[in-house]
Amino acid sequence: MKNLSNHQDGADQVTSEVFRASRRDFLKMGGLISGSFMLGVSFWGCDKKGNKTVSFAPNVYLSIDNLGEVTLVAHRSEMGQGIRTSLPLIVADELGADWSKVKIVQAEGNEAKYGNQNTDGSFSVRMFYKPMREAGATAKLLLMQVAAKKWDVTVDKCDTANNHVILTGTDKKLEFGELVEEASALPVPTVSAVMLKERSGFNMIGKPTPIVDLKDITTGKAVFGADVVLDGMKIAVIKRSPVVGGAVKSVNDKKALAVPGVHKVITIKGAGIPATLSKPLAGVAVIADNTWAAIKARDLLEVEWELGPNADYDSEKQIQQLTKEVAKNGRVRRKRGNFAAAKAGAKKVIEHTYIAPHLAHATLEPPAALAQVKDGKCEVWACTQNPQGAIKAVADALGFAEDKVKMNVTLIGGGFGRKSKPDFVVEAAVLAKESGMPVKVQWTREDDIHHDYFHSLSVQRVVATIDKDNKLSGWNHHIAYPSISATEDPSVLQPADGELGLGATDFPYDVPAIQIETHDARAQIRVGWLRSVRNIPQVFAIGTMLDEIAEARGMDPVANALELLGADRNITFSQETGKEAYPNYGEDIAVYPWETARMKAVINRVAKEAGWGKKLPARSGFGFAAHKSFLTYVACIIQVSIDENNNVTIPEVHYAVDCGVAVNTDRVKSQFEGGAQFSTSLALKSAITVKNGQVEQNNFDGYQIIRMSESPQNIHVHIIDSDAKPTGVGEPPVPPFTPALCNAIYAAIGKRIYTLPIDLTK
Amino acid sequence: MAKFSITINGQNHEVDALEDMPLLWVLRDIVGLKGTKFGCGKALCGACTVHLDNEAIRSCSFPIASVGSSKITTIEGLSEHGDHPLQKAWEEHIVPQCGYCQTGQIMNAAALLKSNPKPSEEAIEQAMEGNLCRCGTYNRIKAAILSAASA
Repeated sequence: MKNLSNHQDGADQVTSEVFRASRRDFLKMGGLISGSFMLGVSFWGCDKKGNKTVSFAPNVYLSIDNLGEVTLVAHRSEMGQGIRTSLPLIVADELGADWSKVKIVQAEGNEAKYGNQNTDGSFSVRMFYKPMREAGATAKLLLMQVAAKKWDVTVDKCDTANNHVILTGTDKKLEFGELVEEASALPVPTVSAVMLKERSGFNMIGKPTPIVDLKDITTGKAVFGADVVLDGMKIAVIKRSPVVGGAVKSVNDKKALAVPGVHKVITIKGAGIPATLSKPLAGVAVIADNTWAAIKARDLLEVEWELGPNADYDSEKQIQQLTKEVAKNGRVRRKRGNFAAAKAGAKKVIEHTYIAPHLAHATLEPPAALAQVKDGKCEVWACTQNPQGAIKAVADALGFAEDKVKMNVTLIGGGFGRKSKPDFVVEAAVLAKESGMPVKVQWTREDDIHHDYFHSLSVQRVVATIDKDNKLSGWNHHIAYPSISATEDPSVLQPADGELGLGATDFPYDVPAIQIETHDARAQIRVGWLRSVRNIPQVFAIGTMLDEIAEARGMDPVANALELLGADRNITFSQETGKEAYPNYGEDIAVYPWETARMKAVINRVAKEAGWGKKLPARSGFGFAAHKSFLTYVACIIQVSIDENNNVTIPEVHYAVDCGVAVNTDRVKSQFEGGAQFSTSLALKSAITVKNGQVEQNNFDGYQIIRMSESPQNIHVHIIDSDAKPTGVGEPPVPPFTPALCNAIYAAIGKRIYTLPIDLTK
Repeated sequence: MAKFSITINGQNHEVDALEDMPLLWVLRDIVGLKGTKFGCGKALCGACTVHLDNEAIRSCSFPIASVGSSKITTIEGLSEHGDHPLQKAWEEHIVPQCGYCQTGQIMNAAALLKSNPKPSEEAIEQAMEGNLCRCGTYNRIKAAILSAASA
């Protein structure tokens, strides 16, 4: 038996224990029959000495009833990444369940029961792969113990398949449902006694599995944030301060209240400054019988605003100012060797400034949440990526204890980081309390575009030096953007270590002199995070500059990248960042090292698959970029074709990805297909501009995302066959896409791109 | 406020609504059919697509007063058991990611196949141009429509 408590091949700081779950743990989930067999597996973090820490305590719940139906609790939020399928299938595979008999129920927000449920950072499969396997394997062992006793054999003669325990080498089998009652009475084994499947024994892991919500989605039955209904429910639409930090000075609601169906107009004080990552903006809410009446009445509100100090904000001017700023010396955040000396001795110096705009998430589902406040308790239904964050924010806003707030999680109609922020959830709770009615807050598309937590603009300057031996001798990366931290503390002017660790300070290339410098940039909007976060602008600069370096060295860009990665090695970055540890997406770099060999393998694979180097027609070209983010290695080659009117089409995209064990290969592929399309929007179409502190775009006419004819035509995803620990795939497709596209455009028509979105008419 | 009598998925509904209330909000807030989604309110994204007789319309920008005697079909009425050839093709290709835009995509595609049962890729792109997907399922949508059309 394998001793799992040491977790030698898993997340080393996680220890687990199986316990008997109570009926109460399952009651609220419904559909349980008496005699059900219920298990919880709890996991806790350990420090290096093996002492329990309290920070990490997810419980995996599963039950099997006497009809053999397996119920699994999905505790992470589903927003299109397929997590309601991928985590349960891991349990089912280890258990030997019949997938058609598995029922998935969505967990409410509950930190004590489920641990951290904040679904972002491409984190879910990485963190829960092993706990899910152990939960399934533990249940399997208990069922086999019952069967072994009935057959008078030792447990090692048993196995499971298709919801049955089987006696190996015979045709004897017993259905799970027949065993659960006795299994319920057995002592729960320690996790160290549990045997996990060998990879060859997997039936689902590593294969494609359709998502569990497929039928509900295609028939319109899937329930999203705006779809929940309560008796007596009213709809609220809110006019919010056009400038972040603004306050309501006066309201004339006479015309609004005259719209038939309108009940109340309520002012929401809002956060002011700092805007925070959790509180609503100041606003005036119309509460009506239906959404249309609320929208109409909202337009009739006459509100005078105290706009505050952000009313002077102009994003174009900030780009101009930061362009001057990054030309200066900045604060050094990583240093290796002597860049000044490298520059002084260089044969050639390449220097460019890279500009990227503010971006909005523009999830197809605008934020929506429903709340009811009754008897000192608040119950909420919301499309939230972070149910616990939402509970805290609601409790804080209402002055309730957290255990008086119940947070039900609906499907999320696109998240990308937007729905990690509970501002819209708090709005619903505050209005429900104030009005005494169940209130659903519905954001319009204009609300969503105007009042997002934006991916903030960025200006970066890279200086690369090539020495007399034609080697890349120096790399100097200057970075300026309003920091996410400034949303909580506006005095923050510099990027956080965590932001720089998304592609900049973890620059992996083996260059003798590396100097990464940051510059002040003031945040005057709400800054948040968007799918892959700072990797987007940082890798836009790095990936396009590497292509210029290859050209200057007279080298093929793929060969250039492979050479610069240097010898096969694990990189730690730590000594050069002046910190104890490079953030490494929250993981110990000893457990998840930066392995140059794995990066080289994805690069070689993508070059082979894409036919890199083959001759293409005139005004067509290949572009390459590779990047590791969220611990997943990705290389990308894009083929573009550009017509005489400079319209860009993308006939082919090839990705090679090493995400360790690919749990659901179909969802790995769909995340990369989607990542390519999402990235095409941000590379070619999308930009938010702000003038007088107010966002200038209103809807999908001004803030554009690609339509079907603009999608890359063929997106090929090549998954590296791997036994390594699984890592996430939601965000990693995005970073290398834009530089690969820019490099392809250069190969096609000889034009370098330094500003996003790409505009070939300029 | 005015009274309207409209036919949705073969059933008659009497509704009280403001004359300019878009059909979307009649469906969602008054009749309680939640499969039709709100995405933009300006006929820019297609999430709210339903059929007016055989034609795809953006219900977010189509006032109730203009429905008249035309028959409305929503995703809930597209097929009895969720087995319209497009719904089956959507399952076969595992099209959806978050799923929010998909009912509008399916309804728009269904109207296309009614008027053009064997559309070319170009015809599909042209017909589907008004339906946005932020997750990036366009290629699978196109593949699913092509398979449904050849089924």
